[in-house]
Amino acid sequence: MTALWISLTIVLGVLLYFAFLPLPAWLRSIIGRVARPGAGDRAALRIGRRLSVEELEAERKAEQLMVSVVGPEGLDAYRALGFLHAFGDAEDDGQPGYGYLIYPHRPIVSFDARSGRLLNELCVQFPDRDSDGGERLPDADDALAKWLAINGDELALLAEANIRPVGNQIDPEQARRDLVRLEEWTADPSGDSADGGLAAAQ
Amino acid sequence: MSAPSPHGAIIDRVKLVRMKPGHGDQLLAEGDPELEDEERELIETFRRQLEQGLWAAVPTLEATGRREAVMVRHFDQVPRDADRVIFFPPAAGG
Repeated sequence: MTALWISLTIVLGVLLYFAFLPLPAWLRSIIGRVARPGAGDRAALRIGRRLSVEELEAERKAEQLMVSVVGPEGLDAYRALGFLHAFGDAEDDGQPGYGYLIYPHRPIVSFDARSGRLLNELCVQFPDRDSDGGERLPDADDALAKWLAINGDELALLAEANIRPVGNQIDPEQARRDLVRLEEWTADPSGDSADGGLAAAQ
Repeated sequence: MSAPSPHGAIIDRVKLVRMKPGHGDQLLAEGDPELEDEERELIETFRRQLEQGLWAAVPTLEATGRREAVMVRHFDQVPRDADRVIFFPPAAGG
């Protein structure tokens, strides 16, 4: 009987705690990440997908390859934003006319680098038909393959892609939020305000 | 004889790596293209990947610090100062 009363007291205490006191920081952090898909997509995805040990090891290796190609700043941006980015060649005024948001295993989104207007979705995949590990590359490898193809032979990638208006697979509002996040990140990855922006990102 | 990179580093070995589902990248071959035997193995490995339909990219670092890449279809297109070639499955419309 005493044990029952102790249990009821503990349960009542926990309920009162969550009803009247602020949630602990660690719990607010988890809820925030899940509730705000724009801020920490990759963490939210990892919570949802629950990668196996082998998949986590493959992702770790893929991120090592990524950092060797895009550099530490590029990897930091990928981890923080959940996507890579690339810009077209500079035009007469020295600024790129357009750019790309490069999501892993989702379409690439092209945008006007001056106005921020979304242009198209480039639906493209890199299925490995000969692999014994399935067809799907690790997320970081998929994003890096897109980055390499865009930077190395943009026309070849465009020739293979199914090009559709934004909104087919990517939520335009999310892409606009991601553009804002990219601009903020390229202005100052530490979060402090400074000059920079998309034009400086290339 | 090693080739100096635009940034002064001496690159004498080239790695050929392939992205693999479930594994991350895998080292296919590594060697000094200035040594005949090793160059032959690099060329043979390179050719096999291309015959399987893979795309090949070489990451580059420009003098401005901008990171770029070039796609290559023959081993002799690989820049002399490249330290690796990355193979990945060809793009297909999604």
